[in-house]
Amino acid sequence: MSDLAGWGNYPRIPTEQLVPARAEAIAPLLAGRSGLVARGQGRAYGDAAVGMATTLTSSRLNRMRRFDPASGELTVEAGVTIADILATYVPRGFFLKVVPGTKFVSIGGAIAADVHGKNHHRDGGFGDHVIALRLMLPNGEIVTCSRHANAELFHATVGGMGLTGIIVEATLVLMPIETGWLVQETHVAEDLDAAMAALERTAAHTYSVAWIDCLARGRALGRSLIYAADHASAADKDRFAPARDAFPPQRRAGPSMPAFMPSFVLNPLAVRGFNALYFRRGARQALTPQLVHWDPYFFPLDTIGHWNRIYGPRGFLQHQCVIPAANARRVLAEILDRVARRGSASFLAVLKQIGDSHGLMSFPLRGYTLAMDFPIQDSLFGFLDELDAIVTAAGGRLYLAKDARQSRATFAAGYAGLDGLRDIRRCIGATDKLVSHLSARLGI
Amino acid sequence: MTVSKSVLVIGGSSDIGHATALRYAERSWQVALAARDTITAQRNADDIKARTGNDVAVHALDILETDRLAAFVDDLPALPDTVISVVGELGDQARAERDIAHAAMVMRTNFEAPSLLLGLFANAFAARGSGTIVGVSSVAGDRGRGSNYVYGAAKAGFSQFLSGLRNRMALTGKVRVVTVKPGFVRTRMTAHLKLPAPLTVTPARVAADIYAAAEESPRDVIYVGRRFWLVMTIIGLIPEALFKRLKL
Repeated sequence: MSDLAGWGNYPRIPTEQLVPARAEAIAPLLAGRSGLVARGQGRAYGDAAVGMATTLTSSRLNRMRRFDPASGELTVEAGVTIADILATYVPRGFFLKVVPGTKFVSIGGAIAADVHGKNHHRDGGFGDHVIALRLMLPNGEIVTCSRHANAELFHATVGGMGLTGIIVEATLVLMPIETGWLVQETHVAEDLDAAMAALERTAAHTYSVAWIDCLARGRALGRSLIYAADHASAADKDRFAPARDAFPPQRRAGPSMPAFMPSFVLNPLAVRGFNALYFRRGARQALTPQLVHWDPYFFPLDTIGHWNRIYGPRGFLQHQCVIPAANARRVLAEILDRVARRGSASFLAVLKQIGDSHGLMSFPLRGYTLAMDFPIQDSLFGFLDELDAIVTAAGGRLYLAKDARQSRATFAAGYAGLDGLRDIRRCIGATDKLVSHLSARLGI
Repeated sequence: MTVSKSVLVIGGSSDIGHATALRYAERSWQVALAARDTITAQRNADDIKARTGNDVAVHALDILETDRLAAFVDDLPALPDTVISVVGELGDQARAERDIAHAAMVMRTNFEAPSLLLGLFANAFAARGSGTIVGVSSVAGDRGRGSNYVYGAAKAGFSQFLSGLRNRMALTGKVRVVTVKPGFVRTRMTAHLKLPAPLTVTPARVAADIYAAAEESPRDVIYVGRRFWLVMTIIGLIPEALFKRLKL
């Protein structure tokens, strides 16, 4: 038994940790155990990948199985990471259809959380590009699931937070790219209306996302930088940087945060200063297209190892909600206003448009998603409960991959698929067998 | 058209064997794996094929069946340009102190069997007039420590065998022998151990160093990680009278 936490370092919970060397080694571990859940790279922020009794880490299920360059179909074991796939296949001219904000996630985790990227409004979630997966059921049997075979199980597993079985293998589609570069343009929005208008205007681009200055108040509430980008064609690359390699390798890891920062580092004044500088820097680049390397473009924070430590030893929470499009303007303004008035230090706040999703428990809904980080303080929990009430009233919900504290009522109100998931779990014998701290907390 | 060179990795089911084979495949070598556990070796071969597009052959080999080693070498479809042994078995020191069969297995796996096999390749390479032999030994062979001297002694024997083989081959000038001494490596063999993070390397790092030493430099003996060379040099300098009282 040792303590385990998610990326937010909250909560830390003791659990038995097992690291099977290959898929065949899992079934004997399942026999005679209950209260178990699979874990990938531990990048879910809260308690989703900490088992009630036992946590099965997939880090050694890291072999690729086969790749067909003609179709782009790639089959990998569940512990293979997005970083590994991109490092291997970008030089061969392929990219994943959907990548989240960090490349240090496993494919099993990406499917279980049905992660989304900056192109969800156009291309859907990670699960939409999974052709098939091999799932070990609680009884140790491995079944193949796809949209055609065991379809119900497939839809419950995409976004199912590991509660329908242990994903051991998955087949995805990679897309061909002409270069490993992106052409990015930056738009400045002086307030929330302008930010939402800019996101709508840039929705024709493959990728679009807004960084919001959460400390801006009053008339500047919601002031943002909107980044829109597309994969650069060979001609684009030659126009901007003829001498550069068409398929640049992944960037070398940068410095790592050596230890937890003391909590005073992230005081509101420092964050206000950071945000002001960041905003000015972005504004200078406005509307001048830039050629950006795929690695820093998609994964800017990955260059700083253990960046989560900046929030100190108590950890942090990320609040990520989705608000259906119809109510989005008013509800987002209310949330941002409360956050700004609280003055709490959230220097990572991201707003984007997302579309509908297809997993039974997938997070996205057609509308806007807002994600904000908060260092843990005693007063934070009550404050987030207030935000949850606003989200629920607007017909929205919270992202389970980020969650460490929402109430059962908030969860049940947001996820209509809950009863269906419970039925499937009963049917396959997962109810007591596959239990994470998240599933126990939310009564799944 | 250039014909690519070929490498045979003995111990192809292991993590270091996998990483080493991948390194060679990424540089367009023809790769073959030999292993007793052919299912795991095939998993590694499939991985390398998916990553690089190159086919990887898998040969069944139980290295402890030493009377069949000569036939194994003779039956290979082609003699490789480079042969690499990453065969190793850490064993359980406490058990090895009580259980002669276990101690013998550790000694045979780390010393006797890989030495005999590489000796056969040396003869075949010498007859052909070219070849590179890489033996992955261990820093544990540099000095016997109470906590793992059965493994360490076997690795010491293997290191000395490679040293002598190198000396013999150098006089003919055609065949290279390279000794690789990793320290702590995060692999299946060490998965159950708590290793000191600053001194622990990945299999990919070992693989990169093996490739660099065997194919890109004239070096004879390398430590994986300069820090470990320093650590082992210091350990080597401690007088025996003092060393025997240390808990290492």
